[in-house]
Amino acid sequence: MTVIINSKPAIKEVVADLESRSASETTGSSRIAHSIRKQGSYIWYILSSNSVSLIAFTLFILLVLLAILGPLIVPYNPLATSAVDALKSPSWSHWFGTDQLGRDVLSRVIIATRLDLLISVTAVAISFVFGSLIGAVAGYFGGWFDKVSGRFIDTIMAFPLFVLAMGIVAALGNTVENIVYATAIINLPFYARVARAEVNIRRDAGFVHAAKLSGNSDFRVLAFHIYPNTLPPMMVQASLNMGWAILNAAGLSFIGLGVRPPTAEWGIMVAEGANFIVSGEWWLAFFPGIALMLAVFTFNLLGDCLRDIVDPRQRT
Amino acid sequence: MMYPQSRVGTVVRRLGQALPVLFGVILATFVLTRALPGDPAAFFAGPAADEKSIAEIRKALGLDRPLPEQFLVYLRDLSRGELGTSISTGQPVSEELIRRLPASLELTFLALLISMIIAVPLGILAAINPGKLIDHICRILTTAGVSLPTFFTGLGLVFIFYYILGWAPAPLGRLDFAYLPPPHVTGFYLIDGAFAAEWDTVYAALSQLMLPCVTLALFTLAPIARMTRASMIQVLSSDFIRTARAAGLTNYTVLIKYAFRNALLPLVTTLGMVFSFTLGANVLVEKVFAWPGIGSYAVEALVVADYAAVQGFVLSMAIIFLILNLIIDILYTFIDPRIELGN
Repeated sequence: MTVIINSKPAIKEVVADLESRSASETTGSSRIAHSIRKQGSYIWYILSSNSVSLIAFTLFILLVLLAILGPLIVPYNPLATSAVDALKSPSWSHWFGTDQLGRDVLSRVIIATRLDLLISVTAVAISFVFGSLIGAVAGYFGGWFDKVSGRFIDTIMAFPLFVLAMGIVAALGNTVENIVYATAIINLPFYARVARAEVNIRRDAGFVHAAKLSGNSDFRVLAFHIYPNTLPPMMVQASLNMGWAILNAAGLSFIGLGVRPPTAEWGIMVAEGANFIVSGEWWLAFFPGIALMLAVFTFNLLGDCLRDIVDPRQRT
Repeated sequence: MMYPQSRVGTVVRRLGQALPVLFGVILATFVLTRALPGDPAAFFAGPAADEKSIAEIRKALGLDRPLPEQFLVYLRDLSRGELGTSISTGQPVSEELIRRLPASLELTFLALLISMIIAVPLGILAAINPGKLIDHICRILTTAGVSLPTFFTGLGLVFIFYYILGWAPAPLGRLDFAYLPPPHVTGFYLIDGAFAAEWDTVYAALSQLMLPCVTLALFTLAPIARMTRASMIQVLSSDFIRTARAAGLTNYTVLIKYAFRNALLPLVTTLGMVFSFTLGANVLVEKVFAWPGIGSYAVEALVVADYAAVQGFVLSMAIIFLILNLIIDILYTFIDPRIELGN
């Protein structure tokens, strides 16, 4: 308050501030609404400028809704068997038909969404966290940690990745959690490399020196000044990677790893339906396969759109 | 501007660089078996074993010794080409893998050949006609291609071409039961059949190969076409292409001799990644088509927790991948004489 009393310019400023504040209070709600509308119209601009991103976004919302609401909206119990209804082709009562035990394929496809997304989201999250941690530390400090982690990542990349995932699941044990860990490990190198590169190019940037000179510790500089800048490319990497993680997890359960019957999961449903393809009962494998494909497609499109926004030069 | 001697030096240096990676791969495979939670002896003993027989197996396998010593034993066995014995078949793993390897390689190589024949021209055409129909086709194919689960495409092809149209034979392995495999020379039925001039067998083998090959090819098509298009676009916009055009060179010379040779470099680099995906997708395709390759061997072994077999499979796949990458890098020096590997 003393400042206000003693200096005229300061008083002016405060008055101006008060005026603008009262102005903003009177029109506060409409201003917030305006800014929301502005944000919304920006997102809408991005989505509508490119019909592909609109489709991707819609599909993504649909997938998330199915994963959350799945158990509430399925027409039948996904595990309830019925010998009378076995192997019925798609009809009005069973849109996607029934499987060899008379279970409703539509209900099983919907229920599986949650498990499939959960496996891949968890796996991607684990590789995101550990990958960016390893990459950021290696890129910032360099030295022995950079060398050791670099060798470690090269070794992972020296394996055909799906084969390595098979080996890891075999070594850790055949469970769903281990599918998640295996998928996380084979995706780790991509995050670590992106994070390392992004941190490394900013290590000697002006704002980093400024942050250091004003007394921030290395940890603070890395965590709060450099790391947030690496997030856009990392997010692109994550959404491009999601589709691949879903494919990998489904592939592992297709060959009989992780998820056990009668659990509903797209990969294992395709595997179970595969035996009936040669006798013409196509719907058993077709619908879970299509669901899987759509999910992967959605994340790939979404990743492409994100990348176009973050880095238009990378567009291919 | 050719320096054959420095090129030999480059190749030798590249071979030297592969050694630490090979060591890392062997170490990782060893760690996967021995140092992780879970008892390998229990794995080797099988599900029906009791405490006493597990202890005996642990001793017999040398698992009671310290880890570094076990690693040395493992290295010694590997240097003799021993990968242990499969508990489900009782056969040495290495023999089984070598017996099944040609089936997998025949499938993989043919699939890659098919996808390159389609993807490379497609990528080039898309690059020289940006925004035109062919470009859109290329874009749709590449986006759809990476979204397709291989096992699902395979099943779809079986349903269409075997069940509905009846053009393809049943998806049950490399040869119909009516045929005998040709005399063993390379293990590749197409080549062996041609050597023995058994054209019926070659045809039968080819018709069995077609669907799994197309399945794998559809999968690898996307990254190859995408990369060809991207690198061609980049090269075509560079100054030397403008100069070449201005100097009045023919379209063919500019595109193929000038642009494509430069566009090949990033393409060849992508091939390494494509190989990695293909070797993984191979496992899934082999399961769908009951293909008697090393992939289906590993799947059978995984189901019964046949540990030595899985480990042998993972290691041999990694070594195949390592050799392929090595070949790619050496090819690289021949495509681009400017390059000095190791920098």
